[in-house]
Amino acid sequence: MSTANPATEAWRGVAAEVLEDAKGGLAAFLRARSRRLLGSLLTPHRRTLCWLAVVVVLQTAAQTAGPYLVKVGIDRGIPPLVDDGSRGVLLLVVAGYLVAALAQAALTAVFVGALGRVGQDVLYDLRTRLFEHFQRLSLSFHEKYTSGRVVARLTSDVEAIGELLDTGVNQLVFAVLSLVSTIVVMFVLDVPLALVALGAFPLLSVLTAWFRRQSSRAYREARTAVALVIVQFVESLGGIRAVQAFRREARNQAIFEQVNARYATANIRSTHLAALFGPGTRAIGSVTIAVTLFVGAHRVIDGATTVGVLAALLLYLRRLFEPMQDLAQFFNSFQSAAAALEKLSGVLEEEPAVAEPAPPAATAVAPGPLDVRFEGVDFAYRPDRPVLAGLDLFIPAGETVALVGETGAGKSTIARLLARFYDPTRGRVLLGEVDLRHLSTPDLRAAVVMVTQEAFLFTGSVADNVAFGRPEASRAEVEGAARAVGAHDLFAGLPEGYDTVVGTRGGRLSSGQRQLVAFARAFLAAPQVLILDEASSSLDAPHERLVQDALHTLLAGRTAVIIAHRLSTLDVADRVLVVDGGRIVEDGRPDELRAAGGAFARLNEEWAASVGGAREA
Amino acid sequence: MRPYLRPYTPQLAAMVVASLAAVGAALGIPLVIRRIVDGPIARGDSEALLPLALLVLLLGLAETGLAFTRRWIQGGAANGFERSLRNDLYAHLQALPTAFHDRWHSGQLLSRAMADLAVIRRFVGFGLVFLVVNTVTFTLVIALLFRLYAPLALVTAGSVVPLAFLSQGFKRRYRAVSRRVQDEQGDLTTLAEEAATGIRVIKAFGRSPLVSGRYAEAARRLHDSAVESAQLRARFWSLIDLVPNLTLLGVLVVGALAVGRGALTLGGLVAFMSLVLILVWPMESLGGIIANAREAETAAGRIFEVFDTVPAIADRPGAVDLASSSGQLRLEAVGFRYPDAEEWALRGVDLDVRPGETLALVGTTGSGKTSLLTLVPRLYDVTEGAVTLDGRDVRGLTLSSLRRAVGVAFDDPLLFSASVRENLLLGWPDATDRELETAIATAQADFVHDLPWGLDTRVGEQGLTLSGGQRQRLALARAIVGRPAVLVLDDPLSSLDVHTEALVEEALARVLADSTALVAVHRPSTLALADRVAFLEGGRLLAVGTHTELAAELPAYRAVLGIDRDRPGRVGQVA
Repeated sequence: MSTANPATEAWRGVAAEVLEDAKGGLAAFLRARSRRLLGSLLTPHRRTLCWLAVVVVLQTAAQTAGPYLVKVGIDRGIPPLVDDGSRGVLLLVVAGYLVAALAQAALTAVFVGALGRVGQDVLYDLRTRLFEHFQRLSLSFHEKYTSGRVVARLTSDVEAIGELLDTGVNQLVFAVLSLVSTIVVMFVLDVPLALVALGAFPLLSVLTAWFRRQSSRAYREARTAVALVIVQFVESLGGIRAVQAFRREARNQAIFEQVNARYATANIRSTHLAALFGPGTRAIGSVTIAVTLFVGAHRVIDGATTVGVLAALLLYLRRLFEPMQDLAQFFNSFQSAAAALEKLSGVLEEEPAVAEPAPPAATAVAPGPLDVRFEGVDFAYRPDRPVLAGLDLFIPAGETVALVGETGAGKSTIARLLARFYDPTRGRVLLGEVDLRHLSTPDLRAAVVMVTQEAFLFTGSVADNVAFGRPEASRAEVEGAARAVGAHDLFAGLPEGYDTVVGTRGGRLSSGQRQLVAFARAFLAAPQVLILDEASSSLDAPHERLVQDALHTLLAGRTAVIIAHRLSTLDVADRVLVVDGGRIVEDGRPDELRAAGGAFARLNEEWAASVGGAREA
Repeated sequence: MRPYLRPYTPQLAAMVVASLAAVGAALGIPLVIRRIVDGPIARGDSEALLPLALLVLLLGLAETGLAFTRRWIQGGAANGFERSLRNDLYAHLQALPTAFHDRWHSGQLLSRAMADLAVIRRFVGFGLVFLVVNTVTFTLVIALLFRLYAPLALVTAGSVVPLAFLSQGFKRRYRAVSRRVQDEQGDLTTLAEEAATGIRVIKAFGRSPLVSGRYAEAARRLHDSAVESAQLRARFWSLIDLVPNLTLLGVLVVGALAVGRGALTLGGLVAFMSLVLILVWPMESLGGIIANAREAETAAGRIFEVFDTVPAIADRPGAVDLASSSGQLRLEAVGFRYPDAEEWALRGVDLDVRPGETLALVGTTGSGKTSLLTLVPRLYDVTEGAVTLDGRDVRGLTLSSLRRAVGVAFDDPLLFSASVRENLLLGWPDATDRELETAIATAQADFVHDLPWGLDTRVGEQGLTLSGGQRQRLALARAIVGRPAVLVLDDPLSSLDVHTEALVEEALARVLADSTALVAVHRPSTLALADRVAFLEGGRLLAVGTHTELAAELPAYRAVLGIDRDRPGRVGQVA
């Protein structure tokens, strides 16, 4: 896809997606898929589109009547006026013209307005469908697809389709209809002259075909380029602290100017193509008008036709070629919309790897504490690298289990399987007696909540972010949750207390504060099974102690899995599992294991040594 | 806007001239047609027809040739203009301090850099030129019409009145709606971004229905505004269509009567109608141009909102380059408040870090550790007091030399969508492979060699996803690769497991031996690296001393680190 010099692009590095994109030959399939999406978007508006078709035909008829009435006025209205001053015919023509003009205006308003509404309805439908679909797709998809591309699908691609619906369809409909109606009327008025005018069509179709091919290519390039501009822009400004601290501005500027130049070049190319196409059609039009005039004048002289017919034909010809130029615009918006449709239909056909159970299979879990069971679970992110093999694990209801082990041992994978972010490749994970795969998403998420290390905050206040755990919670309940995790004083002490707006991605809070918000959020959600994946790593000791005190309350009567590098967190655990290479190598109460002198005891000693305090000054 | 347009004055002028010449050619055609109708046709003289028909052809081709020229120039000029404005906007945004970016969503900034600029480009390439051309065309045609037959010209000129009336009303209302549409589009983009980046949290809590509902609500608002805007345009377009049609009707009536009285020839009437037709497009396009001008004005307003924000943190006049630094860092009565906050994040902080010394900052969450760290590389500026490096106020140094002397690792390790190498050499692109390898080894980041493409593997949003611990080690390697005189590390080891942490610490101790370092610390373990500790509480510096001293004297300090009084080296819960 990328045509840029590999040497100047080396900084970007290599990613799997580039290799994926290089595959081709699916064009035909892609187009069929796009058509299906378009069809499904337009189906609900079938009836509106049908009556709009009637409206636009009437509109065209009214529009076409104008020049014809002018012709009647010149040929039939003026002679009696010149002869004996009678105005009857002229008045009729005037009345007819007035009606046609008013009808044209009214019908245009109805058509453009209604089509605009249909377009916006379709966009709304598309936006919400896409968004919900992205929400439905599993984490494994999001990890591959990256958020930048998700945002691009939801914004620029949807807007490209909007552009087509907004103005493109108008242009196409008006161009085609005035083309057809003009040809019909020209044949009615004077067949030989109409044939002369039609002589322009082979030329026009050659020009159009050439333009379509070229602009298709130009538009693809423009869209690739704009994506690069957007990624560079969003990422570098999102990470502005690192940019500034590392004096990256100049290099960023160079990269940005490079991708921006590529974008500008692509835009220039498509403008130049349009500059060839638009005036090109007009040049053909000019030739046609001159020839029609020449032939027509001869015919008037020979008495084969009238001045009125000639005047009307000249009016019609102008109407024929003007809308043709708009087609250039249409092709442009059509190209980008087609490319967007391709991508969107691709995304919409992605199936969630972690599928929602078919309705009859969906079972509810029992209320109260639940036990958790892994039965012969295999799992691999990539087929060639198994992470877990034949894992069996039973966690009785209400027990708090800590997973301990080095990075990459498989702790987080166990947590992710329990939260059903992934499904096991073999074996099953049971909650109570129910296979996770048989639980509906709302039931699953009400029962199991996972708090991760990256405490993501949304735009809004601290209170809003805590309430994310249970949106219907009252302010008192939100504050209660904050109190329970020991964060109430901290939140209340913020500039506007709980109503303090957290800024982009929680930028106005420290990572410790963000984690406390995440904790309060989990507390408020009050799930039956709670998973804490390194959730307290950024907390300072007093806050962590508060949280741990809170955990005692929170975890009482709940099943919990805690992953921590800090062994201090193990204080709350009833049982410790030491994970190594995807297997559980030790299993027991913390004090038992510590005394047993195995892997856990060693880890514990290392930990104790590492907290041995500062270098003595 | 003007400075950006100035380089394109010749092109803009050429575009206007070409357009006007095209209009001139177009105007010539009806005049020739009149001569054909009144001359050869009226006299039945076929001989005289050919040269006149050729003249029509010539004028037609000239018109299209000129139109082509205009559009060709437009391609280069408008896109060049857009490109340089976007480059400058980006440069300006990069120069604006962290405080600005805390307030603004990248979605809002993106819609300014892309959508708003595209609107302005369209106006510059098209609207601006045709605003001039259409006005001139209109005046010219009307003047020509007056010469042909004054009463008809009056009818045509009269059409300006309803047109002006219509577009005035339209302008006012369209401005409000289009601004709303643009803002709502920005809001929707923000929601999309958050849902994409926060997908893990959303999934973990099963809140997809909630965020989908919010998104649908915002999409509905945008839908309603966009429909309103479409209706407004539909009504305006149809009315604007009506005006030339009625004008043509008026011309037909008055013209026919004049022909009846013999005041006008038939050829004159046909020519007149052709001329009026030339006016149709300028009249009809007026609506689009006005809408475009409104949009461009709003867009320019939004862009200049950003341009008008003066970078608060920039090189001062007479700022000096810091050639090399001994690493003597001093905070003198420093007070700091976040720009829109009322409370002090730091107040009255005096701190002296000796060259080569490692000073740990300890304090609860929100005690001001991170705020203090951001003051050193001037991500924020002090509100009062001063930070000095080698005895010089950091605000008197050039930003580039200051930030070259200070290496930073944040608690939230951000990687860009670029190769590992590019990410590590972020601040020191000229570092040698050896220096790079040393930094990787020190930060225990050897895993990078096992990535699919080694150091060339793309990481970050658009690349391979790394774990928190891996990202943190890369961030650390990035900070130390250039061996800066001063290191500012915000809880650099928080995501590492005990084993890795111990290894990093051991290696880091060697690096820290010859740099001055400020390290925010949550864990007693990291304190092993520190020569002295500064204890912060509520934005104030409570004590500075060795860990042993502070642990012996201050219960609050022990509480923050979670250590026992009797065995200051042990963590309470484990022991």
